[in-house]
Amino acid sequence: MSIQVDHVTKRFGAFTVLNDVNLHVREGELVALLGPSGCGKTTLLRILAGLERPDQGRIFLQGAEVTDQRISERRVGFVFQHYALFRHMTVADNVAFGLNVLPRAHRPSATRIQEKVHDLLGLVHLQAMADRYPSQLSGGQRQRVALARALAVEPKLLLLDEPFGALDAKVRKELRRWLRRLHDDLHITSILVTHDQEEALEAAHRVVVMHRGNIEQVGTPDEVYENPATPFVYQFLGDVNVFHGRMSQGRIVDGEDRIPSSAVGESSDEQEVTFVRPHDLELSPSRTMPAQLEATVQFVNAAGARVHLELESKESPEPIAVELTKERYRELKIQQGDVVFVHPKQLHVFKMPGLGQ
Amino acid sequence: MNLSLKQPSVLPGFGLTLGFTLFYFSLIVLIPLSGLFVKTSSLSWEQFWNIVTTPRAIASYQLTFGASLVGAFINGIFGSIIAWVLVRYHFPGRSVVDALVDLPFALPTAVAGITLTSIYASNGWIGRYLEPLGIKVAFTPLGVLVALTFIGLPFVVRTVQPVLQDLDREVEEAATTLGANRWQTFWAVIVPELWPALLTGIAMAFARAVGEYGSVIFIAGNMPLKSEITPLLIMTKLEQYDYAGATSLGVVMLVTSFVVALMINLLQWWSSARHMNQ
Amino acid sequence: MNPVTIATNTDLQWKDSLTTESSLVRWVLIGTAFLYLTLFLFVPLVAIFTEALKHGLSSYVDSFLNDDALAAIRLTLLVAAVAVPLNALFGVAAAWAIAKFEFVGKQALITLIDMPLAVSPVISGLIYVLLFGAQSWLGPWLAEHDIKIIFALPGIVLATIFVTVPFVARELIPLMQSQGREEEEAAITLGASGWQTFTRVTLPNIKWSLLYGVILCNARAMGEFGAVSVVSGHIRGLTNTMPLHVEILYNEYNAVAAFGVASLLTLLAIVTLSAKALIERKTVSLNRQNIHV
Repeated sequence: MSIQVDHVTKRFGAFTVLNDVNLHVREGELVALLGPSGCGKTTLLRILAGLERPDQGRIFLQGAEVTDQRISERRVGFVFQHYALFRHMTVADNVAFGLNVLPRAHRPSATRIQEKVHDLLGLVHLQAMADRYPSQLSGGQRQRVALARALAVEPKLLLLDEPFGALDAKVRKELRRWLRRLHDDLHITSILVTHDQEEALEAAHRVVVMHRGNIEQVGTPDEVYENPATPFVYQFLGDVNVFHGRMSQGRIVDGEDRIPSSAVGESSDEQEVTFVRPHDLELSPSRTMPAQLEATVQFVNAAGARVHLELESKESPEPIAVELTKERYRELKIQQGDVVFVHPKQLHVFKMPGLGQ
Repeated sequence: MNLSLKQPSVLPGFGLTLGFTLFYFSLIVLIPLSGLFVKTSSLSWEQFWNIVTTPRAIASYQLTFGASLVGAFINGIFGSIIAWVLVRYHFPGRSVVDALVDLPFALPTAVAGITLTSIYASNGWIGRYLEPLGIKVAFTPLGVLVALTFIGLPFVVRTVQPVLQDLDREVEEAATTLGANRWQTFWAVIVPELWPALLTGIAMAFARAVGEYGSVIFIAGNMPLKSEITPLLIMTKLEQYDYAGATSLGVVMLVTSFVVALMINLLQWWSSARHMNQ
Repeated sequence: MNPVTIATNTDLQWKDSLTTESSLVRWVLIGTAFLYLTLFLFVPLVAIFTEALKHGLSSYVDSFLNDDALAAIRLTLLVAAVAVPLNALFGVAAAWAIAKFEFVGKQALITLIDMPLAVSPVISGLIYVLLFGAQSWLGPWLAEHDIKIIFALPGIVLATIFVTVPFVARELIPLMQSQGREEEEAAITLGASGWQTFTRVTLPNIKWSLLYGVILCNARAMGEFGAVSVVSGHIRGLTNTMPLHVEILYNEYNAVAAFGVASLLTLLAIVTLSAKALIERKTVSLNRQNIHV
């Protein structure tokens, strides 16, 4: 089912949660709504489900307007953040609920419901837990029950509100890969709300980055990570070094130091801010270009697949984070206390009017 | 849409349930209660004032409010001890005692009245030991106090108990590691936490006692000017078909009850606000 | 199995001693509590049954197996049978509206519902006398149509309903507020109707509190004295409820019979308290299950 969100605005009292939001989701896509808490992502999800009503704007599912349609008519599966499992029902009864409440004319037979529940529990690998109560399950298991329950009514659209938010890091990782595989099998148009950028980038086909009720950028994980449209997206997706500086004659002027900047085209005298990801910084033991930044290695963490360094430079008030491959690190033979010279392989400059330093 | 008095929700039944709630409550409670004020308004202020300030009425206020207040404070002290013992210590029969604390609440007041009277009468189980000491309980104002203390007992225990239960042991441990002894910890750490709940409990016991009728009339002796409580005076006036008198005294009691109820609400608001800040 | 985390019994005792009192203080406090409870609870409780059984079992049984007592019991059951279901329905409706929706004036409504508890029982009766009594402006009309409310069953029922209005609502409102509306929303997203959501999701979650509220409401309805006393007219065998019957017997110096009927009401109170303890244990263990969620 395709989704069209058309100029949707939602306010709670004086607070604007969604500000004229537009979004299109294609049939069969898995889209993540990503942003910090309070950015409006959950409200947008609840509006799509029919749990909230927009103050302005319209919602289309499969080309038909559903803005005023009741939730029961939308055929939407919703997975709640805290699962909202029925605590007095067994796992099997929870999954069967949506089928049991169908009007008698449409309700499958008891045996058919049983089969279906069995199949769904198989899908989420919980057949053995059918007779347990929610309180007897782990968080990850509960999450999968909630998903099976939502899928039982054969929704055309699956909405997941921070589905892995309450789980620990390891289970979260497993579950989101599993969700991705499940989606590849079922092809239900799915929208996932999350504040965890790693989760969004790993699980979704496309990522919608939201901030203060606005959509900042929509794109594939690769697009939003490599080509952030706004400073917010840059900072929200992964670690970043921020240099408050001014662009002048093709160079970033930051204090008295200069970083050469081939990526920046024209010059201007506006207040600007330069963003560089830690892995886009290159180090050399000696000055190879005139405008490299001189810095001292303060801290080295070589545990893990990549080596993380923290540099201190007169030119930057903040420590500079650098990420190197193991090979490059061995080549450079850097140790704590060494003086190194830094230049960016890639950077982004955003004009930030009114942001005085 | 934004001006509506209710936030939208997907759950149904709001109109039905709220409508029924308001209809039923108005019919049973609000309209009859307002009748009391309507009836009083047919009196002039002077008539009203004369009725509610007769010596007999004033004596009944003194007894009703005085005994209720003293009883509430007695319960404040012993109720706190009982709550403390029930929460902090383990001893045989604890769960039975815990359940029995609500007895004054569950026991019909008439039953409480005749029982307390027979126990505290001069030949009763307890009265016979008090008589030689020159203490007469039944058929005196002291009997009123006994009855009002009895019916107020659950309130302090049941308001202090949950707060004591939720009290974080770590805070006490912290006080101990900082060098406080048990007594200092009690006064500096525990009492400030209990204070709002204790006051609420005392106020609730007081409010209950002020209106109490059944348990008091048997033990009080009901001598005008001496051991007659205000609710009984209202009853007497009703039996004499003195509706204006009964209504006026009823208004005095009702207004007092509402003031006390308002104070209880403020106390509860205060204590919950304190907990929010933590 | 990490041996470090296993605390021995002595460890626990030692740890406890940091935050508890000396055994002397402890026993003084327990002793004080017991003395107080003995004077005000245990002695009265024992006294009721002792007085009732003073002249043996047969006169005890006679005290409530006579026409007047049986009529009082019947009337009491009838009044409760009308008042309790109505107040239970009110409690459920009020709790649903208050706990599941946001609306203006909600807090005021919650406060208002508790109001009858703050009203003296005598006044609870008085207001109905003022409304429906012979002297009221409805009085002549009621007399003309031969409708008796005061000094008759309807008055007793009305006064009892007034006194017991809040009991079920008070139990349900905080519980349903703490349970939130996510489960109900989930049921709606799964296609359940409003009624299905209520009976299949909400009701199972509140059934123990509902039961407790009903038991409490019933205990108060059967035991109410002051309010009923005002509106009943004390007609023996006709408008006498059990508590009023107790009063009459006691005032006639028939103590054994008075305590005999009183003992039945006491048993009702004890059943109520036991039910409360049982239900509390049940809900605590349910909550514990949900806490480890």
